[in-house]
Amino acid sequence: MMKKTRREFIKLAALSGAGIAAAPLAAEASAPIAANEEAVGMLYDATLCVGCKACVASCKNVNDMDAAPAPNDADRLWDAPEDLDYRTRNIIKLYKDGEGDFSYVKYQCMHCIKPSCVSACPVGAMQQEKGRGIVFYDKDICIGCRYCQVACPFNIPKFEWPKAFPKIVKCDLCKFTNLKDKGIPACCDVCPTKAVIFGKRDFLLAEAKKRIAENPDKYQKEIYGEFEVGGTNVIYIAGETFDNLGFRELEHDSNAAFSENIQHTIYKGFVAPVALYGFLAFVALKNRKNHHGHGHGHDAKHEDKHGSEK
Amino acid sequence: MALHREKILTPSFWVLLAFTVIGFYCIGLRYVMGIGAVSNLSDGFPWGIWIAYDVATGTALACGGYALAIVIYIMNGWKYHPLIRSAIVTSLFGYALAGFSVMVDLGRYWNAYSFFMPSRWQVNSVMFEVAVCVMAYNVVLAIELLPAILERFVHSKNPRFPKLKEYARKVYPKLDKILIFFIVLGITLPTMHQSSLGSMMIIAGSKLNPIWQTGFLPILFLINAMYIGYSVIIFESTLSSVVFGRPFEKEVRVIAKVVPYLTAAWLIIRFADLYHRGHLSTAFSGDYYSKMFLVETLLIAGGAYMLTWKHFRMSPRWVFVSAVMLCVGGSWYRFSVYIIGFNPAKGWEYFPSLPEFFITLGLVAFEILGYMVLVKMFPIMPNLEGHKKNA
Ligand code: SF4
Ligand code: SF4
Ligand code: SF4
Repeated sequence: MMKKTRREFIKLAALSGAGIAAAPLAAEASAPIAANEEAVGMLYDATLCVGCKACVASCKNVNDMDAAPAPNDADRLWDAPEDLDYRTRNIIKLYKDGEGDFSYVKYQCMHCIKPSCVSACPVGAMQQEKGRGIVFYDKDICIGCRYCQVACPFNIPKFEWPKAFPKIVKCDLCKFTNLKDKGIPACCDVCPTKAVIFGKRDFLLAEAKKRIAENPDKYQKEIYGEFEVGGTNVIYIAGETFDNLGFRELEHDSNAAFSENIQHTIYKGFVAPVALYGFLAFVALKNRKNHHGHGHGHDAKHEDKHGSEK
Repeated sequence: MALHREKILTPSFWVLLAFTVIGFYCIGLRYVMGIGAVSNLSDGFPWGIWIAYDVATGTALACGGYALAIVIYIMNGWKYHPLIRSAIVTSLFGYALAGFSVMVDLGRYWNAYSFFMPSRWQVNSVMFEVAVCVMAYNVVLAIELLPAILERFVHSKNPRFPKLKEYARKVYPKLDKILIFFIVLGITLPTMHQSSLGSMMIIAGSKLNPIWQTGFLPILFLINAMYIGYSVIIFESTLSSVVFGRPFEKEVRVIAKVVPYLTAAWLIIRFADLYHRGHLSTAFSGDYYSKMFLVETLLIAGGAYMLTWKHFRMSPRWVFVSAVMLCVGGSWYRFSVYIIGFNPAKGWEYFPSLPEFFITLGLVAFEILGYMVLVKMFPIMPNLEGHKKNA
C-alpha cells in the first residue's frame, strides 16, 4: 500500500511542483526593459551641488509637506530632516571622507523604468504614468500594506508611522504641483547651480555622457541609474564612487520583471491551476467511488448510530 | 446527546482570555495612536512579526487541513477521513488569524474593499494573488466545515429551533454530494497561495540575503507548507491524545512516513539552488546569516531524519519531538525569508516591540479559545466511544 501511496504522491508533487519549479528557469529568458522615448526624469550632478538645500525647502513648500524639526529643537524653529521620511520627499546629504574630499548627494524616488513598487502594489495605488513614466501614488486606493516599501530597491516610499490614518509618501516629480503648473519639478526649478535638471531621459543620458567625456578626471565613469534595476529615469553622475554616496550596488535586471515573469510563468492563462484542479478532482472522484463502493462511510456510520438511539 | 459536551470554563480558558484581552487592548491602541506608536516597524522594516508570523508562518502552521486532504482524498482513498475535521478547523482558525492580523497591519484598512473592485485589481502583484487565494480558501474551509455544524442540528433530539433541524436535514445530503468539489478546491488554493507567499519576497531583490533570495522561493515555500502541515497534525493529535485522553492515533505514523520524502526533496532543491547560484560558501561562512541558516537547516533535517527510523516513528514521544523540530525549523525558514535575512540598507534594524508581541499572542490566544469552544460544542474530533474524559 505504501508503495502506491508514494507513487501517487510523487505524481501529485510533480504536477503541482512542475510549473512552480520550472518558473525561475523559464523566467531567466526575459526580454530587456526599454526606456520609453517620452520618459522624463532628472539628472543630478553631484559635482555641481553646493548643498544649499533650496530643493528640499522648495519641495516641501510646493507639495505642502510638514517640517521635520531636529530632535533638540524644542522651539521647532528649524526644518532639519535627517533623512527621507513621511515629511520629506527629497533630501541633500553630505559625504565626507577623512582626506577632506566631500560631495553632496540628493535622494528621492528614482522613477524606475520598471518600478518594483508599482509591480508590488496589489490594488494599483502605486502607478506609472504611461508615456512620461512618472511613478505616482493615489492615497484613495492604497490599503497601506507597505509592500511597495518592501519592494523598492532604493527604500524610497515612506509611511506615516505616527498617524492613525497614514498614507505613503514619495516624490512624484511634482506631477500634481510644480510640473503641472510650471512644467518643471520644484527642485529643478529652484536649483541655483543647475545641479539637478529636468528633461527627457534620452537627453539627460546624453548630457551625462557628454559631461563625463569632457571631464573624465572629475567624474566617475559610471552613470548611476543607467542600468540599475533595469534603468531609472532619475540618473546620477558624481566625482565620488556611488558606494561612498550611499548607493547600493544593484543588479542590472529588474526585480519587478523577474518576479512578474515567475508569477506569469506559473499562472500563464491559468492553465496550471486549472490542470491541477482537474487532475485532483479526477483522482478524488475516483477515490470517492471506490470508497463509497465499499458501502460504509464515516458519515453513514454516524447517521446509523444516532438513528438507532431514537 | 452531543458527544463532546465538556466543560468550557477551564483554567486554561481564563489564561487564554487574559491574553486575548491584553492583545485586543494593544490593538485598540494601534487604531487610535497609529502603527508606529505600538510597533518597532520602520521604513526599513515595514513588515514585522504580524506579517512574518501571523500571515507567512501562521498559514503554513494552519496547513494541516491542506496536507491531510492530500493524503485522504488523493493518496489513500479516504482512509483517515475521521481526522480531517479537526484539521480543517485548525486551518480555518489559522487562516482567520492571518486575516485578523492583516487588518491590524494594514495602514489604510478602510480601503481594503479594493480587493472586491475589479477595476483596482493589479494582477502583476504577488500580494494580490495571495490575498484573493487566501480569502477564497477561507470560504472553502467554511463550506468544508458546514457538515459538522449541520450534523449538530440534524442529530439534536429536542431542537430549540425545529425549523433549523428540518432545513439542515434537507441541505446535508445535498452538500455531502458536492462537497468533494470544494475539497479539491481546498487543495488547489493553498498550493497556489503557499507558493506565492514565497514569491512575495522575490521582488525585494538583494534586500533579502542571497542565502534565501532565489527564484525557487515558490516551490520551497510550497513544500515547506506541506511538511509543516503534516508536522502540525502529528503535533496536534499527539497533544490531544494527552489532553482529551484519546489513544495515540495510528494514522499519525503513516503521515510521519511521508514527511521525510518531502523534506528530502526540499533540502535537495535548497542545496542545489545554493550551489547553482554560487552561494554555498555564503551559507557556511559562519556569519550571523549563516548561523541562522544552519539552525534552520539542522532542525528541519534532524526532525526529518528521525522520522526515517521505524523505531522513532513507533514512539509517540519521539514522533512528537521530531514534529516540533520540523515545525520550528520550517517556521524559522519563513522568518528568515521575511525578517532575519532581510537587510534593506545599512543602519536599519528590527526587533518586535512588546505590544507587537502582545497583539500576536492575543490573536493566537483568541484563536485557541475559539477552537476549544468549537471543538467542545460540535462533533469535530474523531468519534471514539468510550474515550470521553473531561479536560
Ligand atoms: S525608486 Fe522605488 S519608489 Fe521610486 S519608482 Fe523605483 S521602486 Fe518605485
Ligand atoms: S502601501 Fe499602498 S501603495 Fe504601497 S503597495 Fe500597499 S496599497 Fe500599494
Ligand atoms: S521632483 Fe518634486 S517631489 Fe520630487 S524631489 Fe523634486 S520637488 Fe520634491
